[in-house]
Amino acid sequence: MSSLVTKVRLRQIEQLIEKGKRLDDRGLLDTREIKIEQGIIEKAEGSARVFMGKTQILVGVKVGLGEPFPDTPNEGVLTVNAELVPVASPSFEPGPPDENSIELARVVDRGIRESKCIDNEKLCIEPGKKVFVVFVDIYVLDHGGNLIDASAIAAMAALLNTKMPNYEIKDGELKMKQGYTPLPLRSHPVTVTIGKINNKLITDPIAEEEQVMDSRITFATKEDGTICAIQKGGSGYFTPQQILEASKIALDKAAELRKKLDW
Amino acid sequence: MNEKTEKLIDKKGIRLDGRKADELRPVKLQVGVLSNADGSAYIEHGKNKILAAAFGPREVHPKHLMQADRMVLKVRYHMAPFSVQERKSPAPSRREVELSKVIKESIEPALFLELYPRTGVDVYVEVLQADGGTRCAAITAAALAVADAGVPMRDLVVGCAAGKVEDTVVLDLYDAEDKLGAADVPVAYMPSLNAITLLQMDGILEPAEFEKAVNMAMEGCKKIYELQKEALKTKYMVVKEVEE
Repeated sequence: MSSLVTKVRLRQIEQLIEKGKRLDDRGLLDTREIKIEQGIIEKAEGSARVFMGKTQILVGVKVGLGEPFPDTPNEGVLTVNAELVPVASPSFEPGPPDENSIELARVVDRGIRESKCIDNEKLCIEPGKKVFVVFVDIYVLDHGGNLIDASAIAAMAALLNTKMPNYEIKDGELKMKQGYTPLPLRSHPVTVTIGKINNKLITDPIAEEEQVMDSRITFATKEDGTICAIQKGGSGYFTPQQILEASKIALDKAAELRKKLDW
Repeated sequence: MNEKTEKLIDKKGIRLDGRKADELRPVKLQVGVLSNADGSAYIEHGKNKILAAAFGPREVHPKHLMQADRMVLKVRYHMAPFSVQERKSPAPSRREVELSKVIKESIEPALFLELYPRTGVDVYVEVLQADGGTRCAAITAAALAVADAGVPMRDLVVGCAAGKVEDTVVLDLYDAEDKLGAADVPVAYMPSLNAITLLQMDGILEPAEFEKAVNMAMEGCKKIYELQKEALKTKYMVVKEVEE
């Protein structure tokens, strides 16, 4: 797996980070530029493609009809799934979702769900029987690192672009009508991941940096500066001080990103 | 929220199950409970009943997962179909796959992986009964099982959650508090190294509440840590008595 060349490369990354520098000339806490394209898949109710350095994520949102969960009879249903498509990296293989894609999907899901971003009650058609189901499918097209943050931005951008079909109920029967209304959204969660390399904290790691990263911690935050989801990953640890430092960095970076994206 | 729901915390700050805000549920730990595993542990954390078994260091299966320069730790977290109110399908759910991954990553920092190249340690966690906070209790038991297998460790790993119920930050949420509360923050911690190896959260917290919750969870971990060490020692004390 790790050839001699990559070992040398990884050592180089570690040495650069020690000096506060990075392979792509960024500072430790600088993030890459983000480019968003919305509505690029016409057959989907919502879609967005996000470019973050070499990372490229496509998210498609389909809105379907389904049954609500028994414990939330008057709320719509959100489903998030992630595919690490083999086109994105030689390390991605075809097959059912592995633990990495399941974790990616569940972390993005938690940010959207816990921030109460989608006004779920407005997705209810007939309490206990029929609701709208929002399927968010994350497609990783090119793996250039920091898939969690890029996917979370892409998912949010796709939801902002999502339209729900109009409907009416005539004689107890559901009929679809012409036209669409925007998906009812209440907040815009922003997700920021902090990586740790040799006890130094960095933001927005590239794929090669992720290979030397001991661990990472992801914070999903809301407009009001509250935290709505956290996930630590990787086989290293953080000291309690590093956790607090990371949470402050994440809140700052999230505010910066909100300004840029106007979320 | 449901109007019929009882208050989770009363005016005196006492929770529905009679605990104070910073009080743990009763924790009982036992080591060496299985005969065929290289190491094993059983935890009762409140109503959670969890069994962990460790095998290895041994050959890695399947072989392609073997690493030439380090040991591979594999963890499977699994819930018994009868462990929860509604029967849970025995097939692994997405939640169990994620928890297996985060539990593995919470134990790995405690191991000297690089000293055991080409080997694997497998940890199997079976949740026999669940009542909130199973991932934390699973970590406490899994670390003990690995230690019981004789695998050298930098420190034991302890799991404990804190969270927010109504407007109070509380320690060690049980099922009802987890479901109806405002936030849940599971933490795994190596007390002697002051290192956090698992941190997750769902719900909404102000940054100050988050800091308080993490600190409270670490205090909980330190208390359980003492019980963990006691459980390891107890096993050998029993052996000694038999020999004499």
